[in-house]
Amino acid sequence: MMDYNSILSRQVQEIKPSGIRRFFELAAEMEDVISLGVGEPDFKTPWAIRQAGITSLERGRTHYSPNAGFQELKREICRYLERRMDLHYTPEETMVTVGGSEGIDMLIRAIISPGDEVLIPEPCYVSYDPIARLTGAKVVPIRTRFEDDFRLTADALRAAITEKSKLLIFPFPNNPTGGIMEREDLEEIAEVLRDTNIFVLSDEIYAELTYGDKKHVSIASIPGMKERTVVINGFSKTYAMTGWRLGYAVGPQPIIQQMIKIHQFAIMCAPTTSQLAAVEALRSCDDEIEAMRDEYDMRGKYLVGELNRIGLDCFEPQGAFYVFPSIRSTGLSSDEFCERLLREEHVAVIPGSAFGECGEGHVRISYCYSLKHLKIAVGKMEAFLKKLKEEKHEAAES
Amino acid sequence: MDQLLSLLTEDARLTNAELASALSISEDEVAARIADYEARGVIKGYKAIVDWDKTDRDYVNARIEIKVIPKKGMGFEEIASIISRFEEVESVYLMSGTCDIALTVSGKSFKDVAMFVARRLSPLESVQSTSTSFVLRTYKELGVFVALDEEDEREVASL
Ligand SMILES: Cc1ncc(COP(=O)(O)O)c(C=O)c1O
Repeated sequence: MMDYNSILSRQVQEIKPSGIRRFFELAAEMEDVISLGVGEPDFKTPWAIRQAGITSLERGRTHYSPNAGFQELKREICRYLERRMDLHYTPEETMVTVGGSEGIDMLIRAIISPGDEVLIPEPCYVSYDPIARLTGAKVVPIRTRFEDDFRLTADALRAAITEKSKLLIFPFPNNPTGGIMEREDLEEIAEVLRDTNIFVLSDEIYAELTYGDKKHVSIASIPGMKERTVVINGFSKTYAMTGWRLGYAVGPQPIIQQMIKIHQFAIMCAPTTSQLAAVEALRSCDDEIEAMRDEYDMRGKYLVGELNRIGLDCFEPQGAFYVFPSIRSTGLSSDEFCERLLREEHVAVIPGSAFGECGEGHVRISYCYSLKHLKIAVGKMEAFLKKLKEEKHEAAES
Repeated sequence: MDQLLSLLTEDARLTNAELASALSISEDEVAARIADYEARGVIKGYKAIVDWDKTDRDYVNARIEIKVIPKKGMGFEEIASIISRFEEVESVYLMSGTCDIALTVSGKSFKDVAMFVARRLSPLESVQSTSTSFVLRTYKELGVFVALDEEDEREVASL
């Protein structure tokens, strides 16, 4: 008998299995689940982009691309960042990755040595922590709070910095909280970072999804920050292209070159069909981005209005496509809340604790769904909350 | 386009409170704007989209294209107006292309529709010819999938 525990690396064994595995399995087994649990658009990829992918296949463009991605695509990425994000990069400072996910992985691996500290504002997306641990980093969570609109404050950052701090993960607009950072907030963060040697991974995968008049501002556009930041972005959320697995990273050439080096050995290159389709996305789909954004905006506002009505406090998301209401008033933990809601009303939402310890007491609800779907789900949640209230009442009486 | 209209064309049964949340305006304003649209005839009505195949109602629907020879005092408008008044007729359009006017008609049976064409439509003096096609199956109606199921292929949950 093989002793697999002795085969598997220590770092891998130390990564705790995602706590919500069991919950996912439960949800997957049930037949009539009304899901509010996804982290991806319901829209189909705009037709022009799909067509460009098809055309590339018809022409037989089915080979490897250059390691860092097609030049044509890198050029379009730079134009796009200039046009929409006020970021100025050259194709030499750009690499095309397999989703934003790979960009995150490559940057962390490129700069972390064992013992380095990685600062991670939480609640946040789930990949930074385990990837950092794989490289032997020490993870230092920084809690963001409802009272601060889930922004990272300069004070909280300052308090977490030690001389071992190497990398700050900068996950805004934020999954799961919907928090964003505005220019003034960024300037305060930049002020803290300028005298340090800390590098920034700015995960801007939701950059196109900010609401109201609050346009996304990249931390790399703040004076003094470009030289210490790699921006991670991708096509998944912006163009509803999750299954195409395509993203990119831009940053200082000495860093990007080393990321490309690892990428070349680990992945070779991002999928060719996806890259060729993405050229079309960047060239002709600005209007589609806006149409989808307006639709999310409306759904988000609708959902916040409804959640408040049925008695769940929530922060109105300023970016991404999630709301993150507090469920503390129910007296349940976020795991219990989600499991009971799933079993009793067949509605799936994600426990906040999946996004870091401080997400406890919240749940993440996605609004990548039609209003009709949201309406049905809200009706079920309302019934569930009513039942919880009655239970509490009965418990109090007996 | 006003987002209120786009929401109502997506789902006319959203309550004023729900519309108010989605648009970040007050319920009173929603009510006032809808009343205004109705008064001005911008919003013409609200109807359910029904898959009649799932009911016990006998229902056939046909699309009829007609060519018209306009005459003095009997132009396209007049003829469209006459046709629109028949209660079997569901919609009437002035068309570009090979026909002049297109309409959809419904009845209980093929025979009903045939009788409508023979008795009501063909006798109209300006109608030069008609071409009737029966609907065999409705896949999509007013933007809503009818005989098709729109499946969500995504995983139930992803982070
Ligand atoms: C904050 C954040 N970053 C990165 C990703 C990874 O996206 P992809 O690899 O599809 O580009 C996600 C996906 O959910 C995300 O929410």
